[in-house]
This record gives sequence, structure tokens and C-alpha cells, in this order.
Amino acid sequence: MADLTTSFLGIASPNPFWLASAPPTDKEYNVQRAFEAGWGGVVWKTLGEDPPVVNVNGPRYGALWGPDRRLLALNNIELITDRALDTNLEEIARVKRNWPDRAVVVSLMVPCEEAPWQKILALVEQTGADGVELNFGCPHGMSERGMGSAVGQVPEYIEMVARWCKQHSRLPVIVKLTPNITDIRYPARAAKKGGADAVSLINTVSAIMSIDLDNFAPTPTIDGKGSHGGMCGPAVRPMALNMVAEIARDAETVGMPISGIGGITTWRDAAEFIALGCGNVQVCTAAMTYGFKVVKEMISGLSDWMDEKGYRTIDDFRGLAAPNVTDWQYLNLNYVTKARIDQDKCISCGRCHIVCEDTSHQAITSMVDGARRFEVIDEECVGCNLCVNVCPVEDCITMERIAGYDPRTKKPIPDEYGNWTAHPNNPMATEKLQHAPEPVTLPDAAE
Amino acid sequence: MSDPLPRRPDIRAGRLPAEELATGFADLHPALERHEALVEADRCYFCYDAPCMNACPTAIDIPLFIREIQAGNPIGAAKTILSQNILGGMCARVCPTETLCEEVCVREVAEGKPVQIGMLQRHATDTLMATGEHPFKRAAATGRRIAVVGAGPAGLSAAHRLAMLGHDVTIYDAREKPGGLNEYGIAAYKATEDFAQKEVAFLLKIGGITFETGKALGQGIHLADLRRDFDAVFLGLGLAGVNALGADGEASSGSHDAVAWIADLRQTADLSGLPVGRRVVVIGGGMTAIDAAVQAKALGAEEVTIAYRRGREAMNASPYEQEVAATRGVHLRFHLQPKRIHAEDGHVAAIELERTMIENGKLVLTGETVTIEADQVFKAIGQTFLPHGTEAEGEGIALERGRIRVDAARRTSLEGVWAGGDCIAEGEDLTVVAVEDGKVAAMDIHAALTAADRVAAE
Repeated sequence: MADLTTSFLGIASPNPFWLASAPPTDKEYNVQRAFEAGWGGVVWKTLGEDPPVVNVNGPRYGALWGPDRRLLALNNIELITDRALDTNLEEIARVKRNWPDRAVVVSLMVPCEEAPWQKILALVEQTGADGVELNFGCPHGMSERGMGSAVGQVPEYIEMVARWCKQHSRLPVIVKLTPNITDIRYPARAAKKGGADAVSLINTVSAIMSIDLDNFAPTPTIDGKGSHGGMCGPAVRPMALNMVAEIARDAETVGMPISGIGGITTWRDAAEFIALGCGNVQVCTAAMTYGFKVVKEMISGLSDWMDEKGYRTIDDFRGLAAPNVTDWQYLNLNYVTKARIDQDKCISCGRCHIVCEDTSHQAITSMVDGARRFEVIDEECVGCNLCVNVCPVEDCITMERIAGYDPRTKKPIPDEYGNWTAHPNNPMATEKLQHAPEPVTLPDAAE
Repeated sequence: MSDPLPRRPDIRAGRLPAEELATGFADLHPALERHEALVEADRCYFCYDAPCMNACPTAIDIPLFIREIQAGNPIGAAKTILSQNILGGMCARVCPTETLCEEVCVREVAEGKPVQIGMLQRHATDTLMATGEHPFKRAAATGRRIAVVGAGPAGLSAAHRLAMLGHDVTIYDAREKPGGLNEYGIAAYKATEDFAQKEVAFLLKIGGITFETGKALGQGIHLADLRRDFDAVFLGLGLAGVNALGADGEASSGSHDAVAWIADLRQTADLSGLPVGRRVVVIGGGMTAIDAAVQAKALGAEEVTIAYRRGREAMNASPYEQEVAATRGVHLRFHLQPKRIHAEDGHVAAIELERTMIENGKLVLTGETVTIEADQVFKAIGQTFLPHGTEAEGEGIALERGRIRVDAARRTSLEGVWAGGDCIAEGEDLTVVAVEDGKVAAMDIHAALTAADRVAAE
């Protein structure tokens, strides 16, 4: 049986699944239920200064649905906790006392001045909480007041606030990053410079979920108007994975602990984030869609997969994918693939043909000898994978590496690795082939 | 305890309580709810050169209409359907989709579970019809007049297309109501709530179509007159004759023609007043046999048997139709050919059948007989084209295999006369095929008249 325990910044947790700072962690009642269900930790919903903020009294969530109303993303315009600071602090202290084996981290957001941070940090420390997370991510409402993503979009502010927090508290400090920025490496570097112990990402993506075509207003609509919200859920996961990878392989931040967030719905999603180097993951939308019980699937799925693969601990596979994320220029141009269609599996829907014909390379037939049949024309196939992506049958179309000779280019395929850096078409080509920088190695978890 | 009285045929009405009767005649496939339709529509792969579309006799762009449903535009979906098949609503209910579009659906091939194309088509057309709007507009009047004989699917389809193209159409039909087999032939549980009439009313909203009842070729109208008085004539005559059983005792009371019985049933407002035998035997292997048997059962017949002279695989009724009959308690028996009807006091008491076998591909009798007691026997062994209306005119319209011969454009051997539906030699006897015939003929009539106009103008 795999060991799922984690020690993220020295904060022990029975498993890597934490609930992200969000509505599910706003109250003792919810957190109590989460821990009963098996969640390893929580990041308590963001605390601010008194008097507490108020929320809109109309709808605060919007949704993006897939088939059968499967929720692909949520969009929210909820603010930080709208309960009194004392109430939250009391409950945090009680929960931590009642659940000593679970992680309780407190999310914070106060104005960008030293005094309010110093004040609230002291209060949090008294609760016995395990750490703090600085909310530099929320892209709606609070950002209009100079907090949330308004801070996260200015690396200098991140560094400054992180430094105050490290100065005024002995608790581990996690900086939660906003994805609403052009290059995620800059805020991550700033967090590190400021002395933060870790980053967590991503917070929500600024979004308008839909426009109501009867009222001509964004949804959810409040008295005829709507404002952008923060989008989360499965639809944002690929963006989150990329941002995590960017930080994991950036020379300036390599080795910095990362708490992965963004659309994690199943054990597999969590495993992918951990494979990129995350020390744990945080979940919100999956719980807000199905309830806290989803963690049971995450725990059993991850554990069974680790058993199957022979990974005893989380650290055994953590970061294994990070060295394989590289720059385009280092991809092997001598790796030549052709699509292969398994005729026994083909159900003849013809989608591979029509997308290739209309939008790509005219490399798949629709008729062979007068009969409906879809075959790859190697002379035209560039190996792009579009047919694989649109085929409704799993493993019906696969990409096969070929060697020796490419019938499309009518040229031999070199056996050795070759990339763009020395390619003759590259105006900046170097005489000698450039290789990707040595993959970075993550420090041991014990360190 | 013995019965002292002579055996009486047990044929009576009101065998079932009202609720049970209503259940038996309720919609075979209740309509999809909006959400169900969205989920089902999402199963469609939007195939390239879609097999379903190629399998549809009216070539409805099925992937497109399903995508329109999926994108929340069922009205647009209905227009896509109706532009190819103006009786798309009825076809959605009665088409043997399991042998047409759904049979070749790639998801049928892949997983034995095709996209429910028929149900989606019904969802779209029902949604449009519920608005009360007619989606098509007539072209400018051409001043041309066309006679359509027969208000069944072929005639209605031809009339609608011709009217849409700007021509004035008069439809003649022998019966009181338009619709043909949609009104008088289809099983009641496939077209509930007077759908056939609603659909005709919807279709007539195009305008330019007049309907004259009580008239058939040789009865109030004559082909020669129509050819003289109209610019073109379309014949959608259907099949007026029924095959004879060729068994002794066929004339006994209690022996019925299934087609006529179904027509009566369809026109019976209160089915609790329609008598049915306690034991019913239906002879035949097609859809009519299934429809008669299932409806006899639904009326409360206790034992209903379909006897077919060949094996199950040779039945014209699809495996799906057979399953419908079987699950509703109809007993299907094979390799039994009627020999004689035993009558008592002139009334059916039993039917004697002889076992058959296939030898070298031929049906042969074995001499062994089986007798099934029955209060009623229905024969559903095929219908025939009765050409009397046409030959009475002395015109000699050319026939082929006993039906009207037409070319690809549905032109008959007579100048200015087109034909379609079951009365022509080509094509399966299906509503959807008849609709296509009417549409093709209408387009050709239009082309012919337009060409004539052009010649006249030059």
C-alpha cells in the first residue's frame, strides 16, 4: 500500500489533497465535513481586515457545461470571507485543535501596507495554524481595491509583501499566484526573492462565462449587469500545468516548493501536477461540483496507481516529468511520425479524413477502390496528430515513428538527434547543435 | 362443468379497463425531453459523408440537423429536415430507422447503439410544429395548375413541393380525410393524438393546395379530363387491392382483411367500442401483420398469433418490429401456411395451417398440419395495385410487375403524368420512399413546366 503522506514546507498531511482557499473552506462546519471525508488539509478561505467585505446578493457563480451538463468550469465573483475576523480565527483554532494530523493553512489578503500584514499574521499565529498563503490571485472585486491579482500582477509588490510576512511571522509562507499575467515566472521569482517558502498556482482566470442573448448581459446577471469573474475547474487545468512547469524548470525558481492548483478533478490530474514537481495539490471545483466525497476516489486512485507502478511515496514520482518539459527549439526534428489507422477499430465516421482534407494536409483517403475507407497517405502525412485527436475511437489512430526514409520529404531521416538550433533554415543557426540545458534536479523532500 | 350451448365466437368490445386500453395505444416511443435530446444529439459524431444521410431515402442532412439540435436550434433542425422531407414528423414516427439511417450509424457499427436519429428528428419537427408556424414560403404564382390524385404521403409531398414552387395544386382522394396510410394504415400507437391530420394541416399552410374528397380515378374524375384540364398530373394511388389467402373458408365471418380492419381501428374514436376476438390469428410477415397483431392485443385479445409461412429471417417486418410484437405478448410462429379456415355456423372457429420447409431455396409443404383455434383471422399477406382507374380511361398506362412503370424522374409512360408511392414499381413501400417520389416528381414537373414556359417565351 503506497504511502500518500506529504510534508509540504514541513506541514504534515495524510495525503496530498488539500482543499483550496474558497467557499468550501469558509467555515468550521464545512472544514469539519471535509476532514471527515478524508481531505488531507485545507487552506482556509481568505481572511481580511474587519469590517468584513460584503458579497453580492444576486448570483455569484456562472458555469461552462459539456455534454449532459457536465461542469467544465465555474466562474465566480465571490469575494474573500464575509465573516468577522474573530469568528474565523476562533474556528481555525478549534479545527486545528480537533484535527492535529491535518494541515490547516490560512489564506490572507489585506491592503499593501506593512502594518495590516503584521497585525493579521500575529493573529493567525495564535490559532495554531500551520502556515499562511498570501492571496495575490483573485482577479475580481478585491483587485479593484488594490489587492488580490492587483498585487500578483506586480512582481515588486509580491516581493515586498512576502518579505514583510517572513519578517513578521515564523509560519511558512506560500504565495498564491494569479495566472492573469503574461509570464508566470516573474511573479514566482519575486516570491522567491521576497523569501516566500513556496508558491501555489493557479488562482482563477479572469473570465466572462457567457452572454445572455435575451438581456445582452454577462452571466450571472445582477440587475441587468455582470462583471468578469474568476474561472476555475477542468477547463483551466492545461494552463495551470504549463504555468507549474514553467516555474518548475526556471533556473531562478527551480526547487521552490509548489502547491498545484487548477481544475484537479481526479487522482490522475493530481498525479500529473505532482509529476511536474508539485509537493501537493489543492482542489476546489471538483468538491464544489460533487461534494467532499470525491477525495475518496483521488486517494484510492493515486494509491492504486502508485502500487501498480511501484512508487512507495509521493516523492518517488514527484518531478519526474519536469525534465521532459523543454523548449521547442530542442525538440528532435529527426523524430518522424506517420498516422496509422487500425482498420479493425475504424468505425468509418470519416472525421480524420475531413479535418485533414479541409484544414490540414490532404493525407487521409475517403475512398479506396470505390469503397468508403480511410487510409493514411504517407507521402502527405506530416504526423501532426490532428486525426488522433478528432477520432472518437480510442487507439484507433496512433502515431508511429518511422526511420530511414520519409516518403513526404523524399529524404533520408537521420538516425541522430537534430534540432532547430543548427537547422539550415534557421537564420540564427549555430554551427554546433545546441542541447537543452541539463535537466534540473529537485532537492530531496527531506531537505 | 360443460357448456350446453353451441360454441359461439367470442368477439366483443370493452375487453380492457380504460387505463389499460390507453396504455396499449399510448405513444410507442414517448418524445424526448429537451435535455434528453441534447444528450442524445451530443452522441452524433458529425460524420463526413455520413452513412445515415446516404441511407435516408429523402437524403435528409442528418448530421447537420442533429448539430442544430445540439446547438440549441431545434427549429433550424426542423427546417433542415423538412426541406428534404415535408412529412419528416411522420417519418420520425414510422420510418423503420433500424433498417435505414440507424442501421448504418457508425455508433451502431461501433457499439450496437446508434444515435437515436428518429427520436431526434421527432424532437425537432415536434418543436417546430408546436409553434404553429409554417417554415416555407411560396414562390411567385406561376399560373400553372397541377392535379394530384391520392392524398397519401406521395401526393402530399408532391403537392407541397409544387405549391412551394408557385403552382396551384388540387388533390383528389377517395377517402374523407387526407393522409392516406398515415391516416388509415399506420398503427395507432405510432401516430398518436391525431398526428396525421395535424401534419396535413401543417403542410397545407403553405397555401395554394385545394383538397377534394370522395373522388378517385373513375369516380368523379377521369385521367383524360385531368390531363386536359391541368398542366400536369401526379398519381399517388397507393395499393387498393389485397392479396387473397387462397385457403378454404376465407369468406367466413370473422375472417378479415387486416388493412381494412386497421383503417377501421384508426377511425374509431372510442376504442373501447371496437370488438376484437378472444383468440386472434394474423397471417403474414410484414408490418401490417405486426400492426394488426399488436393492436388486437392492445384491444384485449387474449391469444394473438402471427403465422408466417417462411422463417423469421424472411419476415419483411424488421427484427425490431418483431421484438415489439413479442414483448407485447404476440406469439410469432413460423413455417406455417394457411390451408383452410374451419367455420362453425359460418363463423371462424379455427385455422388449419400446413407446415412448410425450404428445400433448395423453395418453399415446400410438408403435409403436416397444425390447427389454431381462433375467433378472428386477419390476413396481412400483401397488397396489390388495382389499375382500374387508369385503364378505364383506355389510356393504357404502362405497368411493370403489376404496378405503374416510371423513370428516374417518376414520369409514367403517359405524357404529362407522373406517379409515385406504393403504386409504382420502383422502391420499397415506405412512407419515406413515397415522400421522396413525390418530391422528385414535383421537381421534374416544375422543370418540365419551366422549360415549356421558356420555349413559349422564345
